[in-house]
Amino acid sequence: MIPLHLYLLVSAGLFCMGIYGVLARRNAVAILMGIELMLNAVNINLVAFWRYISPESLNGQVFAIFVFAVAAAEAAVGLALIISIYRNRETVIAEDVNILKW
Amino acid sequence: MTITPETVAFAIMSVLVLGGGLGVVSSRNLIHAALYLALTLFGVAGLFVLLEAPFLAAVQVLVYLGAIAVLVTITIMVTRRLMGITENVNRQWPVAALIAVLAAAILGFVVISQFAGVYPTQAVPPDTIERMGQSFASHQGFLLPFEVASVLLLAAMIGAIVVARD
Repeated sequence: MIPLHLYLLVSAGLFCMGIYGVLARRNAVAILMGIELMLNAVNINLVAFWRYISPESLNGQVFAIFVFAVAAAEAAVGLALIISIYRNRETVIAEDVNILKW
Repeated sequence: MTITPETVAFAIMSVLVLGGGLGVVSSRNLIHAALYLALTLFGVAGLFVLLEAPFLAAVQVLVYLGAIAVLVTITIMVTRRLMGITENVNRQWPVAALIAVLAAAILGFVVISQFAGVYPTQAVPPDTIERMGQSFASHQGFLLPFEVASVLLLAAMIGAIVVARD
């Protein structure tokens, strides 16, 4: 069997790449992709803890399924917003969308 | 650790996940980033199989690879006309890299010091998927969160249609 900490290390690496992507990329679609990476890292953690700590309980898997649902909703609304911004302001660069910035 | 088929599969899937993630955040061409994202999502599905959660692996392939990755790719193609951007990272990228490295160090320290060498003590019950399906439809289980998730998905669908319409 694989020890638990290897799964957790892979997940931590993926999460930190997601943090970098969210903070450093300029394109709004790239920022959304960073968020997807972070959600996937969380899902690896949830399922790994479910398998190694309490496989007889359902909570870990059910939590991961709700993360799937929220990620799907977030991607749909986020990409719709990006398309709408692109249509109105001809840009997908996050720092150019400054109409609400004081 | 001895080399078994499981460790080989874990190594391959980890390389797919981490390499794909690196590609997503470092590719200049966004189409390449989306393809790397699909690679990462596939690797995560493989990790779910190794963790004996086959239902989650199937949902991962259907929802993430089948819907989200395709949606991201289509969005990139639709907004591609103005993509001739010279730099793909903003001014604060050194700070972002520093934060990411610090978070990786802290997470790695905690994982190594708290969870090193934990192995599963119990086998997964063979009726896990069946019990999960029943718990989604019972008051003792997850009926209320299930219904709330349906309302959330409906609201997201209507919102996406309204926002993206001409």
